[in-house]
Amino acid sequence: MTDVEINPTRSRTGLPFLEVKDLKIHFPTDDGLVKSVDGLSFALERGKTLGIVGESGSGKSVSSLGIMGLNGPSARTSGEIWLDGDELVSAEPDFVRRLRGQKMAMIFQDPLSSMHPYYKVGAQIVEAYRLYNNVTKKQARQHAIDLLGRVGIPEPASRVDAYPHQFSGGMRQRAMIAMALACDPELLIADEPTTALDVTVQAEILDLIRDLQREFGSAVIMITHDLGVIAELADDVLVMYAGKAVEHASVQDIFRRPEHPYTWGLLSSMPRMDRERQERLIPVTGTPPSLINLPPGCSFNPRCPYCKLTDGRALTEVPELLQIGPGQAHSVACHLTGAQRKQIWTEEVEPKL
Amino acid sequence: MTTSDTSSVAPDFGTPSTPLLDVIGLEKHFPIVKGLLRRQTGAVKAVDGLDFTVRRGETLGLVGESGCGKTTTGRLLTRLIEPTAGAIEFDGRDISHLSVGQMRPLRRDIQMIFQDPYSSLNPRHTVGGIVGAPFRLHKTLPSAQVKPAVQELLKLVGLNPEHYNRYPHEFSGGQRQRIGVARALALRPKLVIADEPVSALDVSVQAQVINLLEDLQQEFSLTYVVIAHDLSVVRHIADRVAVMYLGKIVEIADRNGLYERPMHPYTHALLSAVPVPDPDRRENRERIRLRGETPSPINPPSGCRFHTRCWKAQEICSVQEPPLAELAPDHRVACHFPENAPSSENPSSEKVLGLA
Repeated sequence: MTDVEINPTRSRTGLPFLEVKDLKIHFPTDDGLVKSVDGLSFALERGKTLGIVGESGSGKSVSSLGIMGLNGPSARTSGEIWLDGDELVSAEPDFVRRLRGQKMAMIFQDPLSSMHPYYKVGAQIVEAYRLYNNVTKKQARQHAIDLLGRVGIPEPASRVDAYPHQFSGGMRQRAMIAMALACDPELLIADEPTTALDVTVQAEILDLIRDLQREFGSAVIMITHDLGVIAELADDVLVMYAGKAVEHASVQDIFRRPEHPYTWGLLSSMPRMDRERQERLIPVTGTPPSLINLPPGCSFNPRCPYCKLTDGRALTEVPELLQIGPGQAHSVACHLTGAQRKQIWTEEVEPKL
Repeated sequence: MTTSDTSSVAPDFGTPSTPLLDVIGLEKHFPIVKGLLRRQTGAVKAVDGLDFTVRRGETLGLVGESGCGKTTTGRLLTRLIEPTAGAIEFDGRDISHLSVGQMRPLRRDIQMIFQDPYSSLNPRHTVGGIVGAPFRLHKTLPSAQVKPAVQELLKLVGLNPEHYNRYPHEFSGGQRQRIGVARALALRPKLVIADEPVSALDVSVQAQVINLLEDLQQEFSLTYVVIAHDLSVVRHIADRVAVMYLGKIVEIADRNGLYERPMHPYTHALLSAVPVPDPDRRENRERIRLRGETPSPINPPSGCRFHTRCWKAQEICSVQEPPLAELAPDHRVACHFPENAPSSENPSSEKVLGLA
């Protein structure tokens, strides 16, 4: 075994822009403690995009809401979140609130339910901008018009006075991006930004996010269940399962040399347009586990076809997220040995993709 | 669906000569009424002249963006709503204007699987009650035999027969969709209309349900009409694919023809917009960006409905509506300037988006 302890700090420029260390977000409920996020660590630099993939209930949205400080009073958050030198978990809610909108902003999945139906689109953009910038109403309105134009809404000067219901789904999502960009955030979190949209609109929104990122040099966290979106946009990918990161690697490695059986499962269960059509898809068997009663050991063990190869370790021991080799930016949480994983991927999984 | 190459040749079942479903000039206009007298001031032309057939044992995929009328088409085919004009012939019989009572015996032959497994199952009924309801309604089985029949169905769709007395909330999304499938198959229908059957499910579970649908199709010689917006899912599941835009079919072809040689510019644009799960292709992909938004179905554009957003549009496109013409075997397109057409000298026809 060449696995070594992961060191999340990248030494290039000192501390990374965003660093999450051992983040745990638990929700006490009547049925028991829901461990939505259970020990998540990652780092992200400015100008880079981190893709987080996982199924519903894997903790991808909760962890991003945790960074934004939006999980509400019932959440029990522990660990550390460092954003540009400030620690957010222990910070005063008021301090986090000032960062929100200014330094970090979020794009939500469903633009209709996350915009206020009663206020004009322009007013909703202006509100955040005027809160943090000492500008006149007129300047703020002009800023809102500029932003709407920047995100590709035609005739922004008249559209600024429209209500959200007067926009189509794609336009609403653009307006929401404009709102998120109002204060030039350095960290942009997009939670399934295109899931509710048609493919042609999805492609435009992804292009827009990419262009804006190049222009403003912000760090982007892209949360999605669609590996196609990940391949389009992400630099690094975090695969989450049952509240934990099971694999963390560059986007090339995730698609070329994935190491975790769950990542293999995701890749092979997806019908792909860029490959020869297969006769059958190879699904991941079973269903995602309940977050209240996680299986002991590796939480993926009931669904893992290679569980038997670990001599029972997967049933008792929780695997740690470890680098696959010294100096490698690729880490995986799996009890299989590196040689076993390599053999299974090249002989069993990859040929069937 | 036996091999991927003979996709267009669907196996024949039963009386082979006629198609199972023949749709001719189907229209559905929803009236817009105004004022106290409820005077009709216009109509949403949700479905505006569809012609297609569904052959026995095949899967027809119906794709298009939201608002193109694909769901309305599905509801018309199951006669949940009555068409404004046109005819639907099922198994050689015109069902387009049958009354509710006349329709009832046919319901066992035409079943539907709904998109949302959370809202399409009654939360107050047990699984046994839900899946057994078709037997009770159609009185096909004596009541003592309903329970074993339901348990048999549950086993068939991969659920535990012992869960007969459980309620829908006790199941996950994928399992609920299986319950919906079991209910649809209870009376051994000939035609199943599946409206977005997997879009509410997680990726890993989505594949399970797709495989289940394919297995059941083979086992019971089912004919499917699958309505979906996900083009990769449709490519996997369908033998033939119809692309809809603003209430009309713009292209209908066998799967390989449509995905490898799309002729309509709209199909081409749709296919080019699908994200490819391959990070190395990110930079050098050809993507067609459509201008503007989908026009309103209340007042669709004149001539070819796509001309307002089409990059190949010329004057004729806004004046004359292109007919849905068969330009290649089993490949019909409604376009004045089709791409990839056999006789076309268009050199751009060769670069087909890097689709395998």
